[in-house]
Amino acid sequence: MPVKEVSPVERIVVIGASAGGFSALQTIFSELGSEFNFPILVCKHLGIGDEKGLVDVLANRTGTTVMLSQDKLPMYNGCIYMAPGNYHLQVESRDMLSLSIDERVCHSRPAVDVLFESAADVFGENVTAIVLTGANSDGAAGVRAVKEAGGKVVAQSPESAEAKIMPKAAIETGCTDAILDLEGIAGYLRQP
Amino acid sequence: MTETYQDLELQLLLDAVKARYGYEFAHYARASMMRRIRKHMSAAKTDRISDLIPLFIHDEAAFAHFVKDMSVTVTEMFRDPDFFQALRKNIIPLLKTFPFIKIWHAGCATGQEAYSMAILLDEENLLDRCQIYATDFNENSLKIARSGIYPDAELPLYEDNYSKSGGYTSLENYCSRGYDSIKFNGRLSEHITFANHNLVSDGVFGEMNLVLCRNVLIYFNNELQDRVLKLLIDSLRSRGILCLGRRENIQFSESSSQLETVDRPQRIFRKKV
Ligand SMILES: C[S@@+](CC[C@H](N)C(=O)[O-])C[C@H]1O[C@@H](n2cnc3c(N)ncnc32)[C@H](O)[C@@H]1O
Repeated sequence: MPVKEVSPVERIVVIGASAGGFSALQTIFSELGSEFNFPILVCKHLGIGDEKGLVDVLANRTGTTVMLSQDKLPMYNGCIYMAPGNYHLQVESRDMLSLSIDERVCHSRPAVDVLFESAADVFGENVTAIVLTGANSDGAAGVRAVKEAGGKVVAQSPESAEAKIMPKAAIETGCTDAILDLEGIAGYLRQP
Repeated sequence: MTETYQDLELQLLLDAVKARYGYEFAHYARASMMRRIRKHMSAAKTDRISDLIPLFIHDEAAFAHFVKDMSVTVTEMFRDPDFFQALRKNIIPLLKTFPFIKIWHAGCATGQEAYSMAILLDEENLLDRCQIYATDFNENSLKIARSGIYPDAELPLYEDNYSKSGGYTSLENYCSRGYDSIKFNGRLSEHITFANHNLVSDGVFGEMNLVLCRNVLIYFNNELQDRVLKLLIDSLRSRGILCLGRRENIQFSESSSQLETVDRPQRIFRKKV
């Protein structure tokens, strides 16, 4: 069997979610299906030990490759990478993830800001950042970094969010390109 | 375009730091380092990485602050309780077969891991036969480590970790309290030597039975990880045990062929004969 050529990562999608994020992620990923040609990196605030359940459920629901991130893990198109509990997830280079145990940001580790800022740093305008439901303001600084680097920012519409504070904080930065409900976000990601 | 200049500026900054102070950060992992550099840029109100070059060259205090920042000292007592449980269950019985046991904590930060180990060894009646070497390149962290004093606000987290790790009593039995602090008993530190050691530039630590280097390699790039992993392996006696952090990855490292896996989820390895 010929080995399939691995295509280089051209663009990347980063998602931040907190309270209520588990079911929001399930909805988006079931809608999206497995036909997407970029890596998706997810920072969902979670307790240590919750991560395995999250990864398994998402993998079952969506039929995509969902992985718990490790340090210096190669990153491929069409895969979903989840931040592990108690580590920050970062984009290390155009084809690699990395982790750190730096200080908590907005009381969180993993933190959305850390993921978004590192993605903006490496991928510049080729980043789409999505802020979902959550009850704190993590992600707002990251959204600014993504916008400054020329990337796109999408927030879940607060009225559709289980916890409104996080998408609201993102919207208040004035950096959002679109405000959509979960189905809308899946549709947005399906665009070429 | 801007991205290539950013790389160039980063390179120049690290070269300048090395020429002026002898500190090597060239092979540190990029994302964590950029985070720290950005923080210094915003404190210094500059827009460019290269603007930090004159600052760090002429202002020793500013550079000292940067070094302190580069050395992330985040740690806990019994961090990753499952790991300590695995140690207690599967590695301690192995260590018990030796008359004398040497343990190296590389990158011990403020020392919590070393005290956790001493407590675990004490509960397994092994402490008297053990010598723990706990090292870091951050002198400030080592000072805290030697004192064995930590804010008592952290005690609830530490107690919780300890109990989840299979601890036999309560951490309070190993420390005294006062002035919003806890201080671990001298009996534990008698078996710990805290010393300065730089994994980038210093040599092998000989004939260890057990080496722990958790959450340090994540701050290095692949090339440096490989070099340091080799240093850690060379510091082990034959069939010695190496423990890494919970999400660390040595699959892509050349030296990993010298190791066999003992407990993959807990990142416990053994040096092959
Ligand atoms: C995040 S802490 C890990 C602490 C502890 N091992 C744990 O897992 O809880 C990383 C430590 O690595 C140390 N470190 C970084 N670079 C080092 C080097 N070149 N040599 C020695 N230690 C280093 C830092 O000073 C810091 O204390």
